[in-house]
Amino acid sequence: MNKTLLFLTVLVIATCGLIYELIVGTLASYLLGDSITQFSTVIGGYLFAMGIGSYLSRFVERGVAQRFVEIELAVALFGGLCAPMLFLTFTLTNIFPVVLYGTVLLIGTLVGLEIPLLLRILQDQLKFKDLVSQVLTFDYLGALAASVAFPLLLVPKLGLVRTSLLFGLLNAAVGLWSTWLLAPVLANPMRLRIKAVLLCMGLLVCFAMGDRLTTFYEDQLYADEVVHATSSPYQRIIVTRGKRGFSLFLNGNLQFASIDEYRYHEPLVHPAMGRARKLDHVLILGGGDGLAAREVLRYPDVKSVTLVDLDPAITQLATGYKELAVLNGHALTHPKMRVINTDAMQFLTEGTGTYDVVVVDFPDPNNFALGKLYTTGFYKILKKRLSPGGVAVIQSTSPLFARRSFWCVETTLKAAGFWTQPYHSLVPSFGEWGYVMVALEPPGRHRPLPEGLTFLDEDTLEGMSRFPPDMAPLPAEVNRLNNQVLVHYYEEEWRRWN
Amino acid sequence: MASVELTRRELVAAFLGASVASACQRQQAPRPTVPGAIVDRAVDTGHKLRGGPLPRAETFEPVDVLIVGAGAAGLSAAWRLAGAGVKDVRVVELEAEAGGTSRSGRNAVSAFPWGAHYLPSPLEDRGPVMRLLREMDAVTGVDAEGHPSFAEELLIQEPDERHFYRGHWYEGLYLRAGASGKDLEELERFDARMNAFAAARDAKGRKAFAVPVALSSDDAEWTALDALSMARWLETEGFQSPRLKWFVDYACRDDYGTTSEHVSAWAGIWYFAARQNGQGERSDGFLSWPEGNGRLVRQLLSSLGPRQVEPNVLVHTVEPGEGGCRVHAVDARTGAPRAFQARQVVLACPRFVAAHVVAPWREARPTWMDAFVYSPWVVANLTLSGPPASRGFPLAWDNVLYESQSLGYVVATHQSLRQDERGPTVLTWYLPMAGEDVKAERNKALSATYADWEALVMADLLPAHPGVGALTQRLEVQRWGHAMVRPAPGFLWGEARRAAGESLGRHLHFAHTDLGGMALFEEANWFGVRAAERALSGLGRTSTSWL
Repeated sequence: MNKTLLFLTVLVIATCGLIYELIVGTLASYLLGDSITQFSTVIGGYLFAMGIGSYLSRFVERGVAQRFVEIELAVALFGGLCAPMLFLTFTLTNIFPVVLYGTVLLIGTLVGLEIPLLLRILQDQLKFKDLVSQVLTFDYLGALAASVAFPLLLVPKLGLVRTSLLFGLLNAAVGLWSTWLLAPVLANPMRLRIKAVLLCMGLLVCFAMGDRLTTFYEDQLYADEVVHATSSPYQRIIVTRGKRGFSLFLNGNLQFASIDEYRYHEPLVHPAMGRARKLDHVLILGGGDGLAAREVLRYPDVKSVTLVDLDPAITQLATGYKELAVLNGHALTHPKMRVINTDAMQFLTEGTGTYDVVVVDFPDPNNFALGKLYTTGFYKILKKRLSPGGVAVIQSTSPLFARRSFWCVETTLKAAGFWTQPYHSLVPSFGEWGYVMVALEPPGRHRPLPEGLTFLDEDTLEGMSRFPPDMAPLPAEVNRLNNQVLVHYYEEEWRRWN
Repeated sequence: MASVELTRRELVAAFLGASVASACQRQQAPRPTVPGAIVDRAVDTGHKLRGGPLPRAETFEPVDVLIVGAGAAGLSAAWRLAGAGVKDVRVVELEAEAGGTSRSGRNAVSAFPWGAHYLPSPLEDRGPVMRLLREMDAVTGVDAEGHPSFAEELLIQEPDERHFYRGHWYEGLYLRAGASGKDLEELERFDARMNAFAAARDAKGRKAFAVPVALSSDDAEWTALDALSMARWLETEGFQSPRLKWFVDYACRDDYGTTSEHVSAWAGIWYFAARQNGQGERSDGFLSWPEGNGRLVRQLLSSLGPRQVEPNVLVHTVEPGEGGCRVHAVDARTGAPRAFQARQVVLACPRFVAAHVVAPWREARPTWMDAFVYSPWVVANLTLSGPPASRGFPLAWDNVLYESQSLGYVVATHQSLRQDERGPTVLTWYLPMAGEDVKAERNKALSATYADWEALVMADLLPAHPGVGALTQRLEVQRWGHAMVRPAPGFLWGEARRAAGESLGRHLHFAHTDLGGMALFEEANWFGVRAAERALSGLGRTSTSWL
């Protein structure tokens, strides 16, 4: 047996072992937040599992070399797939912590088995003092290599998913290679070789698809630390926090960033509030974060605000997550507020009362179910719930990134028989954002802007309805329940920007 | 099956084809049986007609117009008579409720169809169907060119159609995934041909292919197409793409219950050409309701008084005579005899029933009888605790399984005005028994037990929706022995169909979709109104035709 090559094997497996540990630790702090705790528990758990592995190694009685190669391949499989698998678990399930620590224990145990077994394979070749000295030297050298390469080279160049797959591949290659190195002490090297080759091919395919996997998983990655993550039956809810405040993501789409949300919510609410004849009863559809409600509650004339949001998890977040509750001024627990968790379309169809102002703050029309909420069918129902002299406003995606989609919303509102006033504002976190104010008749101006706004003043208000040429009206079809053209426009236009 | 013991795989292959059988072979995971039942009963009641002589009542109940059959045709006749102010009209129906193949059901989740489930929106503002839709407030306007528009919430919402092929759902009905350049070129050529047929008009300005068939041109230029089968036409026109053949077969199975081999080319083309005007655009779309055409039945019924429609009445003999008809019936539940003396009778049942019931025809079987061939169908309603999960294009109204002999399913809650689409729903699954020998097909359909149907429906759906078994709370099966008349080659423009529609004397008139040659609401409605108007003139009433 070539001892130098065997020590090289030690180097590689040590590197791989530490890399998996770093990947899992990074993922845990990415996705669960609180990096000190995550790193500390992952590293501790991993070392503990290695201890279990070392302990278990004594039970391997015969065929030590055979077991060693098999364990190599198992490490390659689980280590290589750990990043994609953990991302998937995070995206699709609520048992991420369980799977995370399960993975830590599994990989740690397998890695812990490696060195003791290797020591036993080599025990007849070297004196004990040389054996221990050389194996451990390479082991620690590998650890150094991993810890330097991981933050400086691997994560920035390859990302977590491909790093994980690459080292799985390396691990599997070492497994394959050791079937030759250890051939003299292996009972059936051919069988192991076939397994190793299959594994290499599998990981290679995953690695080649890494780009696609990465784009898929990137949606789950956030620039800032994740401080809250839950899944409701409707969506994945993530709150991240960074230097500039916190942000809410639903299914990976940014809903607001605390630093500039006022640039969205002030234009969403105040133009309509200024034009409505009365402000007695206000309805907010969507907007479960309570930020639009905060703006509405600036007007003492308002007697009641009804907020209809499908997902109770969002409205609970708006009251229960302290920083958001502070940001929305505890709007949802205000005595004038009534929060209803139900289907907005159902609510409008089944109810009877009318509202003086309706703020329609739905997510963008990126699927057919949401697309329904932007059709003439929906707007005709909305129209019936508007009081005489009432005004509604509809968030209408970006007139810059999705220009035809924006004008499609405006065209559709016109087709439903509304007077319309499209306008836009710049929200740095989103880009240029668009709104359409609608009424049954052209409304007058009934009241000035309230005190204490950060973004809107009279001049800004006036400027918002001017559209520069790159956002100017485009002809678009009317979005109806039976054609849903908007979903197609939207998908096509956003694809171009992403 | 009762007679021969078939393995599960053989059973599935026999009803749904080899592809589904081999796909279900891969779905071996054990699952609990979905509870449910076969719900039809007409097979037993209706077949009493074939037995010995039935009892006759001594006293006759007098009536101005007696309508036999409360399906779409009979109810359309009653609706027409109500429109003319005729009060003394009775409709008798063999089944426990009105509706015929447009019948519907309802449970805690939703209303759902048992048969016909949509109406293509009319292209032009004329005819009795438009009148009915106006009554329902379904028409919102008519543009300058005379094209009507319809209430948005009644038109099928997007996404309307998708199909499942090898593990994945795709948008629309034509399998584009993996289509070759030649396939797409043929599709384009086919569409162009159909558009040309749709635009074609004769010297009198009649559309070559119109709804109902009666309004189509009778010029030989087009009616000659009735002589050959649709499959043959495709061949002679050089269409060879298997995907196109599937697409055309799907259309034929959907509207006629059989494949293009057993449907005339005229009928096959009619499917693609009658409901559009040649601009390549389909009409405004399909009108549908959770209960399917049960909604149209309800509208027709609303013109009648509660006592005017009598279910559970099995009419066994109609004797035309001087001054009217004598009609003998039995109560379908008790067997007690009933008799009516009617000034006018509208016999709104299919030909094979009429041939048993009309007394002179029992003596001398009408020569046209054998030309009328009916496809059996099986319809199943599945109540689900939530929408089935699927890969690829999302759940649509019409969900077609490309490799199955079933037509897939429609979703009863598709039209509901909700953003949240997660709640419970009802799926209506359709299987036309498309084989050439309809008698054999009928026996096959009737021989399968509930357990067989449960296995079949699940075998059909499981490849497309793993886990649908656990979502399904109940399954109900309705077998239709004679669901659809088949427009076989030579039938639509042949003598038999015309002759069968002629009144027998001055007091007995006929109505049913089979007289139109296609099992469609528009045909039922047209012949119902036509028969009612003949009865009106028999009563000596004059009235402007609605046709």
